[in-house]
Amino acid sequence: MTSEQLFQIFLNGITLASVYFLVASGLTLIFGLMRVITMAHGTSYLLGGYFGFSVASATGNWYLAALVAAAIVGILGLIIHQVLIHKFQNDDLRVALITLGVAFIGTDLMAATYGGDAYQVPAPSNWLGTVVLPFAGSYSLQRLIIILISIIIGVALWLLISKTRYGAIVRAGVDDSQMTAATGVNTRVIFASIFLLGSALAGFAGVANGTLFTLLPGQDGTFLLYSLVVVIVGGMGSIPGAALGALLVGLVSQFGLYFAPTYATVFTFALMVIVLAVRPQGIMGKVRL
Amino acid sequence: MTENQTPLLQVKDLVAGYGGSRVLQGVSFDVYREPLGMIGRNGMGKSTLAAVLAGMLPTESGQILMDGKEITGYAPNRVVKSGIAYVPQGRRIFPSLTVHEHLTMVGAKSSDRWNPNTVYDLFPRLAERKKNGGGELSGGEQQMLAIGRALLTNPKLLLMDEPSEGLAPAIIEHLADVFRQLVSEGLAVLLIEQNIHFALELCDRILIMVNGYIATEVTSEELSKNTELQERFLSVV
Repeated sequence: MTSEQLFQIFLNGITLASVYFLVASGLTLIFGLMRVITMAHGTSYLLGGYFGFSVASATGNWYLAALVAAAIVGILGLIIHQVLIHKFQNDDLRVALITLGVAFIGTDLMAATYGGDAYQVPAPSNWLGTVVLPFAGSYSLQRLIIILISIIIGVALWLLISKTRYGAIVRAGVDDSQMTAATGVNTRVIFASIFLLGSALAGFAGVANGTLFTLLPGQDGTFLLYSLVVVIVGGMGSIPGAALGALLVGLVSQFGLYFAPTYATVFTFALMVIVLAVRPQGIMGKVRL
Repeated sequence: MTENQTPLLQVKDLVAGYGGSRVLQGVSFDVYREPLGMIGRNGMGKSTLAAVLAGMLPTESGQILMDGKEITGYAPNRVVKSGIAYVPQGRRIFPSLTVHEHLTMVGAKSSDRWNPNTVYDLFPRLAERKKNGGGELSGGEQQMLAIGRALLTNPKLLLMDEPSEGLAPAIIEHLADVFRQLVSEGLAVLLIEQNIHFALELCDRILIMVNGYIATEVTSEELSKNTELQERFLSVV
């Protein structure tokens, strides 16, 4: 194997990581921070991808497609939170079952509408082509753009949660939601906004993945699973943790695919098992009292 | 002094509890623009009353009126808007937030009587600990922060549940000075305490809670002289 190949695999790992990060950052907000176990997160991802495909195909405008997909999936997530989840927010099992039901219905509705075909979201024409990079040779421009978008979103989310007043209120609400309300905050609005944001991120991840790779039925399940692995490895509720977790999972799965394709999936889960054994709260997770 | 005024907070026949068990069995009292003490043994319903007044526990029956307006059953954030701020038992500081974030998250305007800067003036110790996390503070610092956080809602009534609990005498004395300063500015305080000396030192009017209702009302002077009364309602047998 040449060093150029090695760098190509490395970049493929980063590409995959950026998509995983987008899905998992939404999950780490909803599941890690708010402690709402949503089994419909993969559904949000795939639905976002399909919406992105439809809008981009109809209008030829990728940016509009990404925006519309994120907005619609975010609003659907908000409605599901307000109507189905809010009342039972502290009842984990019930929320898991409700969102599992939503996921099943979503899967069937998507299968009925989009069938079993594979779709690709058409990228803007000026994203096509390759860029020559040091060490790695030429690499797909659109992959590099998605990686860059992921990094920008990651930094923005981290700033939002750790540096703003809104972020402080969210963290306070997670620590002690009643006491947060007793400082005058309407915690229901805050939690609803996090659900909107988390779902919108999953929707956008669908567009990103659908642009680089393909959208297929069944991806809702696999992306739910992988984003759970990322969140658990990185540490629940931590944006940098989700980034690190996504990076590890992306790299492990790409290198695994090259060196031992039969066992690629096993490596990813072995990573999770090792992290759980050594550091049960995840690499950047905090121990909760 | 209080007879001619209208009460700031009126509590009428309040019944509440957890699940099936009634802890409050018809509590009635008024708070005027004054420091009012409420004492009683452990388990008599004092903290339950505080939780109900703060909107954290539902009422079964009875009424709560603030400034003549009914606020029974209000969620905590609406209770705050009516002018009641809550300093809970055990402080309930947010471990994930720094001292400064605790103060800025409340959203007080710089033109308000209480904003982060005036809270730092009141508690210079907090200004020194600005960047520290809520979990890194001593008990006294946490109590200052809990009071500061409550003041930032610019309340008319401060509801304090056992603020002296677990604190060193020097810190309790410092809190007493702050308490007097707040009262002199016209802030009403409902001080719920186990520490009878702290309550007697700061409040003229004292309510004694026994088994979920107000057994009697006394002046602090009366209570400090009357050891028989202290024995009957307060001593731990």
